[in-house]
Amino acid sequence: MLWSIARRALIALVTLLLATVVVFGAVHALPGGPATALSADSTNPAALAATMHRYGFDQPLPVQYGRWLGEVVRGQFGTSPITDIPVATQLAQRIPITLELALLSLLFAVLLGVPAGVLAAVRPGGLTDAAASAAALGGLSVPHFWFGMLLILVFAVHLHVLPSGGFTPLSGGVASAGANLDHMVLPVVVLGAGLAAVLMRQTRAAMAEALGADYVRTARAKGLRERRVIWVHALRNSLVVVVTVIGLQLGGLIAGIVTVEEVFDIPGVGQLTLDSVYQRDYPTLQGVILLTATAYIVVNLLTDILYTLLNPRIRVTGSAA
Amino acid sequence: MTRLSWLATAGAAGAAVVVAVAIFGPLVAPYNPDAVNFNLVLAPPLSPHHLLGTDQLGRDVASRMLYGARTTLEAGIASTLLGSVVGLPIGVLAGYFRGPLDMLLMRLVDVMLAFPFLLLAVGLAAISQPTLWNAVLALGVAQVPQIARIARGAALERRDLEFVQAAVVNGERNLTIMRRQILPGVLRPVVVQTTVAIPSSIVGAAILSFLGLGVQPPTADWGAMLAQAETYLYQAPWLGIFPGVAIFLTALCFNLLGDGVTQALDPRRRR
Repeated sequence: MLWSIARRALIALVTLLLATVVVFGAVHALPGGPATALSADSTNPAALAATMHRYGFDQPLPVQYGRWLGEVVRGQFGTSPITDIPVATQLAQRIPITLELALLSLLFAVLLGVPAGVLAAVRPGGLTDAAASAAALGGLSVPHFWFGMLLILVFAVHLHVLPSGGFTPLSGGVASAGANLDHMVLPVVVLGAGLAAVLMRQTRAAMAEALGADYVRTARAKGLRERRVIWVHALRNSLVVVVTVIGLQLGGLIAGIVTVEEVFDIPGVGQLTLDSVYQRDYPTLQGVILLTATAYIVVNLLTDILYTLLNPRIRVTGSAA
Repeated sequence: MTRLSWLATAGAAGAAVVVAVAIFGPLVAPYNPDAVNFNLVLAPPLSPHHLLGTDQLGRDVASRMLYGARTTLEAGIASTLLGSVVGLPIGVLAGYFRGPLDMLLMRLVDVMLAFPFLLLAVGLAAISQPTLWNAVLALGVAQVPQIARIARGAALERRDLEFVQAAVVNGERNLTIMRRQILPGVLRPVVVQTTVAIPSSIVGAAILSFLGLGVQPPTADWGAMLAQAETYLYQAPWLGIFPGVAIFLTALCFNLLGDGVTQALDPRRRR
């Protein structure tokens, strides 16, 4: 099993390197060439020459790539020509905000989607199943940004119970934590709903299969309480699904984060991404794209490893070998 | 007929209606979707001559909805087809030849997977300009890995079957075997995946237009209409309601259709 994890990690590393080649190629395809694009002040010949020299853009291509990669690996993405702030500093400010949004949404989705899927699978065709399935279909079909606009319309414009957007950083006090969470409620519901829908459907399918399996029949025959059979025996094997779904939904989650941050005006990495496209702020854009691709590959690797650890079939073959 | 296939039929009917609107909508639209009228700005729905009201430039919302159906649907369907057309041969080649070619193609697919459609769209918009076709390209390329993996899995399975082995022993050309013996077994799961992917592509296209990474104003598009509606959410909420409902219902119908197709064509999920 250790070998299989090492192999996956190696593949992820190769993928990551290839991804940097793609970004490097894209930087070269930018209008005006890489030095103009990545310079903090492209109208100043001295700044241009400095960027040229720093990334080695006057060298042969493979040398250029090596120099550039060296800078990038150390988090040296340059300085934004728009804000004059180093890209690394901006990223450091925004990553915690996006992480909070992502993790809270994930938590919300798991707490909503998994129990709904279990309840639906216990009595297929029943009222709970019909309601949960319909809700999931709705959650799957509704565009994040529109759902967000509707929630703003209802809870912020009409009912005035929640803020329509913005973000309050945590500064230690209870009041700041409350304000922080107030701002997170609607975005988390929007982002979590889509994910909960997929989770519900997959959990339902996995539970339906598990409930028909021999070991569940055995558990029942032993006289175990039905509740224990469902929530402990059957669900445990269905939890692998959660990990798989999160891995598969990652791309959608990233798109969701960007749109939700835009709709609710949350100053996270997603908003930084959009701003840097609108303003043609290439150093920042390079930073966020590399960061997102890396996060994507790493989370994929982690779900892969978790999957190996959770799936008893893979685990048993691994230890027998 | 089970209950679900009844739902799937309803979904198919709804999807057909949306496609019909996309094709014929511009013919029945009462106004030019881009015709501005500053004397009648932000007219509410059910106004005389404007069933769904007008927007901030006095353009007829109903007409823009009808024209927008075409843009939104085109982008969603074209990108899914692009993903299938590119992903299918990659998967079949990898699954049929295995070995180093399989390894190489699958690593390429892994790299593509590292760039979700939004990141691709952002990159394309940065290198050139945000346009509808860049959005389609981004959405399509992002779907290649999924299709390629499914096609590869099916091809791998198919490769071991006796009649395929027989064709190999017979000395038939690789291309002929892939086309005659492998492809039929691969098409079914790929068609299932394509149907399932269309609704998320439609929503994806709307997201890109909403973020300004796809269709540019003044082109009528549901996602772009919602982007403009966001500014007027307080004064004119209906501008944000109609395009959203349209995207939602379209995705819902295609999702129901996709579920039905999956149920009917995918033996593993048949109960």
